[in-house]
Amino acid sequence: MHGLVNLAMELYLRETFGAQMWHRIAGQAALPFQSFEPLIIYDIALTVAVIDAASALLDRPADAILEDLGTYIVSSASGERLRRLLRFGGVGFRDFLHSLEELPARARLALPDFHLPDMVLTEMAEAEFTLALGAPFGGAGYVMIGLLRAMADDYGALALLEMRAQAGDGDVISIHVLDEGYAAGRRFDLAVGALSRC
Amino acid sequence: MPDGGARHRRLVLQPDSLDRLMPMHLHLSAQGRIIGYGPTLKKVAAGRPLIGKSFFEVFLIRRPAGVLTMADLSLRQGTRLYLSLRGREDAEFRALAMPDDGSGMVLNLSFGIAVVDAVRAHGLTDADFAPTDLTVELLYLVEAKHAVLEELKKLNLRLEGARSEAEEQALTDPLTGLCNRRALDVRLAAACRAKTPFGLMHLDLDHFKAVNDTLGHAAGDHVLRVVAEVLRVETRTSDIIARVGGDEFVIVLPGMVDRSALHHVAQRIIAGLRRPIPFEGQACQIGASVGMTVSTQYPVPEAEKMLADADTALYAAKRAGRAQAQMWPHVA
Repeated sequence: MHGLVNLAMELYLRETFGAQMWHRIAGQAALPFQSFEPLIIYDIALTVAVIDAASALLDRPADAILEDLGTYIVSSASGERLRRLLRFGGVGFRDFLHSLEELPARARLALPDFHLPDMVLTEMAEAEFTLALGAPFGGAGYVMIGLLRAMADDYGALALLEMRAQAGDGDVISIHVLDEGYAAGRRFDLAVGALSRC
Repeated sequence: MPDGGARHRRLVLQPDSLDRLMPMHLHLSAQGRIIGYGPTLKKVAAGRPLIGKSFFEVFLIRRPAGVLTMADLSLRQGTRLYLSLRGREDAEFRALAMPDDGSGMVLNLSFGIAVVDAVRAHGLTDADFAPTDLTVELLYLVEAKHAVLEELKKLNLRLEGARSEAEEQALTDPLTGLCNRRALDVRLAAACRAKTPFGLMHLDLDHFKAVNDTLGHAAGDHVLRVVAEVLRVETRTSDIIARVGGDEFVIVLPGMVDRSALHHVAQRIIAGLRRPIPFEGQACQIGASVGMTVSTQYPVPEAEKMLADADTALYAAKRAGRAQAQMWPHVA
C-alpha cells in the first residue's frame, strides 16, 4: 500500500487520538518504525495490522475507523491539498461523481506508482448511483464512504451514502444525491493554490 | 469523387455553439473588425467592449512578425500565431486563424504556457474552458507536482539528517569523538595526494592495560576520553587525530615537517599524558611513546609505508625506555 495512504491513516490516528495512542497502535501492529514515509510503498499487511490494532485499542469497529479516516483525509487541515486536487474533478457533486472513474488515472498522473482501486459508477435512477470499487483490503470501501461524505459537504450537496454489499474482492456503495445545492459549499479557485505555494 | 460530398458541405455554427466549443474565439470581418468573440475572452478583456474595433488595434501579433493586415493573416492561416492584447503585453496568447464561410476569419485563442498565471489573473473557473479542454488537468498537475515536490523536499531533509548522522557515526570513534581508522585511511590518503607536506605521529599509551585490568573498563574509557582531550589541546584544529586501536592513536599534522617542531609537540603530548588522571578517587597513571615520520622523506608519500615507518620509530621509542619520541629513520 502506498505510503501516502498509510501516512494519512497515521496522521488521522495521531491527530485524533494523540501521539501516545499512535505509538501504542504502532507497537501493537509491530511496525518496524515510528512513522510512515509518504513516498514509499509498504506491504499491505502493515496497513491491515495498523487497522486491526487501532480497532482493538480504541474499541471501535474497523469500519467506523475507516469511514472517519475517509472524512479526515479531505476535511482536516492537512488534507486541504487533497481536497483541492479532488475538486478538480468536477464543478458540482454529480460532476465530481462522474469523474471518480478517472480518479485512479488522475492519481497516477501525479504519482506513477500510486494505484487506487478501479471504480465503476453506475447511474441507477435520477440522482441514484452505485459505485463499485475493487477493495485492496476488507472494508476499504468505508474510506471511500467517508471521503464522499466530506466531498458532498464540500460541494454543498446533501447525499445519502451506504455500503450496499461487500463482495470478496470489492465493495459497492450506494449514493443518493438528495439535493445538489443544499448548502453554499466551500469556495474553490482553480489557480490559487498553484501559485501561492512554491 | 468519394470526398466530393465533403468538399461541398457547409457547416454554419450559431454563435452560441461557437461560444461553447471555443470560448476564446474571435470572429473578424473581411475588414478586420471584431464582429464576435467568446465568453472567456470577454472575461479576459475585463469590460473593454471589443465589438466593432479593429482586431489589429486591439491585438498585437508578435510572432511571426509582419502580420499587420487581413491579407497577412490570411496568408498565415493554419499556422500558430503568438499575440497579446495591446497595453497588456505581459500576457501572451497562442492563436490559430482560419477563414469563416465568407471572407472573414475565425481565430481560436488559448493561454499557452502561461495558463496558470492567466487563470489566476482573470479569476477563471472550470466553466470558462470547453469541457474537452485539458487546461484544468494541467492546473491539477501543476498543483499535484507542487504537493509531491514538497513531500520529496521533506523526505530529502529527513534522509539527509539520517545520512549525516550515520556518516558521523561511521567516521568517528564513538568513545572519544576522534576520527576512527576508516576516517584516517581516507584523510591520510588525501594528505598523501595533497601538495602540502605533513608530519605523522603514531602514539601508543604505556600502562593502559594495567589501568583497564585493575580499575575496570569504566576507568579505561575515562582515561581514553582524557587522552583524546590532551591530544586535542596539544595539536592544532587543522591536525587530524585518529584512534586506530584500543590505546593507539595517529596524528596527521599538515604543514608540519620541521623535526624539532614535531619533537616539541610530541614532548608536550608525552608530558600531558604523564599527569595522573583522577577517576572515582583513584589516580590512573599512564604514559605515552611516540614514533614519527615526515612526508618530505619520501619521493612519493604513501600512507602504508609512512604508517609502518612511524610504527618502527614508535617501537624504537618503547625499547629506549618509554615516554619518548623518535623520528624515522633516526631511530635509536
